[in-house]
Amino acid sequence: MLITKLKEREEILSVLNSKNVFIFKCFGCKEVYLPEGEIDLLLTELKCMERMARVDYLCREEFTVKYLGKYADVLKKADKIVVFSCGVGVQVVAKCIPETPVIPGCDTHYINGFQGLTTQDVDCEMCGQCWLNLTGGICPITSCSKSLLNGPCGGANKDGKCEVNKDMDCGWVLIYKRLKLLGEEEILKRHSVNIRDYKLIINGDKKE
Amino acid sequence: MNFEEKLKSGKFVITSEIGPPKGTNIMPHIEEAEHIKDKVDAFNVTDLQSSVMRLGSLATSHLLIEKGLEPVFQMTCRDRNRLALQSDLLSAAVLGIRNVLILTGDHTVLGDHPDAKPVFDLDSISLLKVVSDLMKGKDMAGNELDGVPYFFPGAVVSPGYEPQELQIIKMEKKIEAGAKFFQTQAVYDLVAFEKFMEKASKFGVPVLGGIVLLKSAGMAKFMNENVAGVNVPERYIKMMAEADKKDRPKVSIQIAAELIKGMKNLCSGIHIMPLGWEKYVPDVLDASGF
Repeated sequence: MLITKLKEREEILSVLNSKNVFIFKCFGCKEVYLPEGEIDLLLTELKCMERMARVDYLCREEFTVKYLGKYADVLKKADKIVVFSCGVGVQVVAKCIPETPVIPGCDTHYINGFQGLTTQDVDCEMCGQCWLNLTGGICPITSCSKSLLNGPCGGANKDGKCEVNKDMDCGWVLIYKRLKLLGEEEILKRHSVNIRDYKLIINGDKKE
Repeated sequence: MNFEEKLKSGKFVITSEIGPPKGTNIMPHIEEAEHIKDKVDAFNVTDLQSSVMRLGSLATSHLLIEKGLEPVFQMTCRDRNRLALQSDLLSAAVLGIRNVLILTGDHTVLGDHPDAKPVFDLDSISLLKVVSDLMKGKDMAGNELDGVPYFFPGAVVSPGYEPQELQIIKMEKKIEAGAKFFQTQAVYDLVAFEKFMEKASKFGVPVLGGIVLLKSAGMAKFMNENVAGVNVPERYIKMMAEADKKDRPKVSIQIAAELIKGMKNLCSGIHIMPLGWEKYVPDVLDASGF
């Protein structure tokens, strides 16, 4: 199973405060615990409940494509999308609407038991410190064979394929291309050194 | 002058490479290095190159120091977590090792123990930051060190990698994290290298151009197809293909010398990776005018 926790307030506040943000909240599957009450409190406080769509199974690309169609008019005006879901949902939305920055509203943590069953070609490792806001909505942990957090290794071949498996795209080349498309490649330079906190996958939700 | 002082003085520096053996038979490698020590400023010691289990870089670097040679201790992030990496850096410091070259490292599945656990707890950038912090007397957790090490940290860059902008961004991040010099992936295309250096030289950090001795036309074609950032021009492939087997080293030396001469005005030095052809390094240097 997995559990999502609201990201640190200051991390998402500036994004939620921007006028043209659109919000998806995935109440999703029974495998995921979403802190829905906390999310609604925050959105009410920031007066953005009316810019939020409550949906389920964002992890299914077909569903996400339908939601994006349903909200196409408002999404056209949105300069950012915040997604409250597990890491898979965020990545599927980012994949389906690659020209708009997609920001995770939650960190996804691991707890014992089986995980969401509807993941398709993107994955979430439940690392507990979602990086998707820095990487154009493509997870560096699951899309890079070395789970590198600070850019690519030198191993990708000329076609941008991974040194480990020529059928696999280099995750960091994908991230670079997505950030270029978003006009956000500055993120690659701007942010300080990213390092994983492995105690998050051991403690999970047992921390409190 | 040591390696760091030579680079700072603006001298054109030459580094070569020792690949420790699978086993304990290290002395022939040390002796080969001793033969050319007057021409080579420092010797990189590779860290389980190509993810193949071998004698370690730390012990080999120490043996070089005992023989009066200067090592560049290579460290990858493939096999050790942050505790072991920091501890080995401290071990290196007490053994008199100053120069460290920080790499992410090849994946374990490419080597001779493909079933091993790939660690990659840190990567080249975060490990460079750790080296810098250790030099300030702090470990990664922020604890004070009792005895502060000094290092001259370096990193690698791949001039022919596409997209090049991504490589330049990573180079800049490595410099921010503490890299004081760079050694490059093998260069065969001087025009492309010159274009790369136009961008790289603005950082003001010395770059040593990489030289890998071609052994055959097949090797060149293999690298062109499989090795990121390596482009051997058709002209060199033809030269190697047309040479008799016994003349191949001669032609290879000629190609390397041509590249080295071409690099002299473009960068701060060269890094020769002989990959088993260590015995030809003196000839390469002679042919290049060193």
